[in-house]
Amino acid sequence: MSDSHELSRRDFIKVTTGIVGGLIGAIIGLPSVFYLIDPALQEGGKDAWVPIGKFEDMQVGTPYPFSFTRVQVNGWERTASSFGGYAVRKSDSPDDLLILNSKCTHLACTVNWSAEAQAYLCPCHDAKFSMEGEVVDGPPPRALDIYEEHRISEDGIIEIFFKAG
Amino acid sequence: MWKNIYLWLDERIGFNDLYTSLLDRPEPKTTWWNTLGSASMFLFVLQGLTGIFLTVYYTPSPDHAYDSINYIMQGVAFGWLIRGIHHWGATLMVLVVFIHMLRVFYTASFKYPRELTWLIGIGLFLTTLGMGFTGYLLPWNQKAYWATTVGTQIAGTAPFLGEFILKALRGGPDLSALTLQRFFSAHIWIIPAILAALIGVHLFLIIKHGESHWPKKDD
Repeated sequence: MSDSHELSRRDFIKVTTGIVGGLIGAIIGLPSVFYLIDPALQEGGKDAWVPIGKFEDMQVGTPYPFSFTRVQVNGWERTASSFGGYAVRKSDSPDDLLILNSKCTHLACTVNWSAEAQAYLCPCHDAKFSMEGEVVDGPPPRALDIYEEHRISEDGIIEIFFKAG
Repeated sequence: MWKNIYLWLDERIGFNDLYTSLLDRPEPKTTWWNTLGSASMFLFVLQGLTGIFLTVYYTPSPDHAYDSINYIMQGVAFGWLIRGIHHWGATLMVLVVFIHMLRVFYTASFKYPRELTWLIGIGLFLTTLGMGFTGYLLPWNQKAYWATTVGTQIAGTAPFLGEFILKALRGGPDLSALTLQRFFSAHIWIIPAILAALIGVHLFLIIKHGESHWPKKDD
């Protein structure tokens, strides 16, 4: 383009091609990026209050087993995942409720309450947890996870707050 | 430093020669009709790019093909745009390639020394139609299903080999998961590979011979 203000025919074509090409590239290119990363920008499943059982059925000294299923929609597919745990009443006080996740902290097998052993036993690697979820024996690195948030509904049903993802 | 890198590369690749032969080669005085080849090429690249993007979500299985396209259209950001471009670009590509072919025919550009360019062009037109035919089945909706039923049935009426052709196209006597899978494979691998190879030779021949001039009255 040098010093003259007049654009040569060649340069005009070059500049026009560049601009139009750039526009087309941007119009298709930018949405394409969002198209690719879209699943990463989506929120996971929904958080929800999940009922686990009647408070009156939970007895002091005996862990009360519960389980529930959550459905996660991934694209065009629905995946159902099962969760479970034990509600443990340590005393008569209704506030003294501990809700454990029955997923073993070692390698995610499901632990089961054994009345005989008075412990949660994991079938996979012989892990043993106390009634309150502390590690008694075996390889788990930490105590059983706890559903911290729970509430009791008007008709006496315990609900836990389930966080997705 | 960039200049040194450029010079080093230029010495080994020859940007100038490439630029001259691809974008700055001498041309006879031509019209807008002579741009249709480039337009076809552009559409091919566009179809390739949007097609690659579509495979990120599309699933070539009878269970999921329809749902996955539904998801692209409604669930994914700009999915409607990517698929829309691919959908309309496909129609446009058949049209542009065909008009390009007509132009070459009417300006008699297929004559010596460009016969081979013309023959390869026929291959390009047929493979483009093949892309359209195989791509049409992939949404796995009613229209796709029955269009392919009819299309393969027509192929099946060929004498002697008809039944074999029908079975080869469908991957069996009926439309099935195999049909969808092999149409998908043909649509994204086999035919594009042939198409790209033919485009390479076509372009080489065009650069070698240059464009034909627009015919004059006494031609």
